[in-house]
Amino acid sequence: MIDIFMDKFLTIGLEHFLILSGTLFFIGLFAVLAKKNVIAVLMGIEIMFTSVNINLIAFNRYTAAEALLTGHVFAIFVIALAAAEVAVGLALIISIYRQRTSTDVQDFDWLKW
Amino acid sequence: MDINLTYLMPEIATALLAVLVLLVGLLVPKEKRHALGYVLALGLIAILVFSFQYYGLNKTVAFNTFAVDDFAVFFKQLFLIAAVLVVLSSTMYVKKMNGNYEFYIITVVALLGMMVLASAADMLTLYIALETMAISFYILAGYKTDQKSAEAGIKYLILGAVSSAVFLYGLSLVYGMTGTTVIAEIAGKVQDLSALSPALILGLLFILAGLGFKISLIPFQMWTPDVYEGAPTPVTTFLATGSKAACFAVLARILLVALPDYSTHWQFLVAVLAALSMIIGNLVAIPQTNIKRMLAYSSIGQAGYIITGILALNTAGVTALSFYSLVYVLSTIAAFAVVMTFSAQTGSDEIKDYAGLAQRSPFMAAVLTISMLSMAGIPPLAGFVGKLYLFKSIVTQGYLWLVIIGLVMSMISVYYYLRVTKVMYMVKPLDKEPVTVPLGAKCTLFLTMLALLVFGVYAQPISMLANMAGSALLP
Repeated sequence: MIDIFMDKFLTIGLEHFLILSGTLFFIGLFAVLAKKNVIAVLMGIEIMFTSVNINLIAFNRYTAAEALLTGHVFAIFVIALAAAEVAVGLALIISIYRQRTSTDVQDFDWLKW
Repeated sequence: MDINLTYLMPEIATALLAVLVLLVGLLVPKEKRHALGYVLALGLIAILVFSFQYYGLNKTVAFNTFAVDDFAVFFKQLFLIAAVLVVLSSTMYVKKMNGNYEFYIITVVALLGMMVLASAADMLTLYIALETMAISFYILAGYKTDQKSAEAGIKYLILGAVSSAVFLYGLSLVYGMTGTTVIAEIAGKVQDLSALSPALILGLLFILAGLGFKISLIPFQMWTPDVYEGAPTPVTTFLATGSKAACFAVLARILLVALPDYSTHWQFLVAVLAALSMIIGNLVAIPQTNIKRMLAYSSIGQAGYIITGILALNTAGVTALSFYSLVYVLSTIAAFAVVMTFSAQTGSDEIKDYAGLAQRSPFMAAVLTISMLSMAGIPPLAGFVGKLYLFKSIVTQGYLWLVIIGLVMSMISVYYYLRVTKVMYMVKPLDKEPVTVPLGAKCTLFLTMLALLVFGVYAQPISMLANMAGSALLP
């Protein structure tokens, strides 16, 4: 019984990657919701995007037919777009930091939620 | 296996126009750069006229990634109309920013994202187009150098990025379960899955949540009032019209083309989200004192009405969705153009400052009243015809309860729309100075008002195009 369990557990398969990516996704979501510093929030968003990349590449490796690399190409585009998103994010953070000398999300309260 | 670029001409022309105006702008002296808006508007109108010849092609080109069907063309024209009207009415705004004409260019890039989004037939194309549009809007929302605008920008960026991560996770699950990213092929692969796949359901939920955020359905609406209030008003206008309409198109394409076999799973969910958006959007709009916040909540309610068109699962539903999207875009632009002109001159967005607008500028007061009555669905305006199409398409599918909620909420919306009208016509103005309307805004106001009045009594041409769009998506 233990043997079968260990065997299943130790042979790396699709499930392992999906569990990893699911965990990362929720760690990222937690960072977005719980962190006070807006830079840390951006990092959380990056973790969420990374989890998607793991998903895409694992699916491509284990389920895609023939030698199609759709998942890999998708992941490269996700990396590029996430970088663009962060560039704009940092620019906006600098602009708001100049006005309020703070990067704490709780200080961004000029507009009522 | 080569790509015929003629199918992509409207997009290529839009991109070239943006680059061209960006370069030409450097030669124009700073104080005249706001006039580039007129050049840009003319160029966009030319593309709009040109795009009519793409009706009736109904093809998928460029390795199954790009659909040139009537549905996509209809929505592209809708975005072009929205962009022309927004660019025309924002000339005064750019003038006030010392001719900072990059504002126009980013607007056109957002438009380009929307146009590709309407045509996207592959999940990768779809995602890239969605991000092109979204990133442009993050920049635009934080464009003004005041505190509110920067805050609106950063709030929209954080929440928008989270929503696109969720959306992307959903896409990756759908890709993993079906092994393809082509939207039309997903339907076939889903049929092969004999048992119900939990991962696919999860992917569907995530996609729905990601797009629900962009069209601000309840419970993903929390960003809407803040961003609408804080962003520069021309940006709010484009965000409320183009970006939303683009996401309606994508939602319809994903749900009706890729996942019609799972309709038993998403239909009830979409119906509940629509009902909640109508109820909460319209009720929370009542106590608002800022007109931009009030219009934000009203647009949440409107989004609820529009997505009911998806529930019908037939051509009539998609036709109604396309038609009402156009009417919604026109009436929202009319209302925001008034708000834009008013706040540029008086510096206020508070409803109480609209007192006596009927005396200070009868034209603006009339346009605002007509656009609001159209949103509420009062005959003989275009909004009434749109709502009629929508409700007719779902009532035959057993959604009588949703129609009743929709009608009751329309009645309630008349209350807060008429409250603004009452302030404009009945209350005496504190400041008697007339409000002058600049040329660009005058064109926008006149055209939208005319369209709302004409399409209300003579909807034939538009409903014919909408019908072509509907039958292209769901034959």
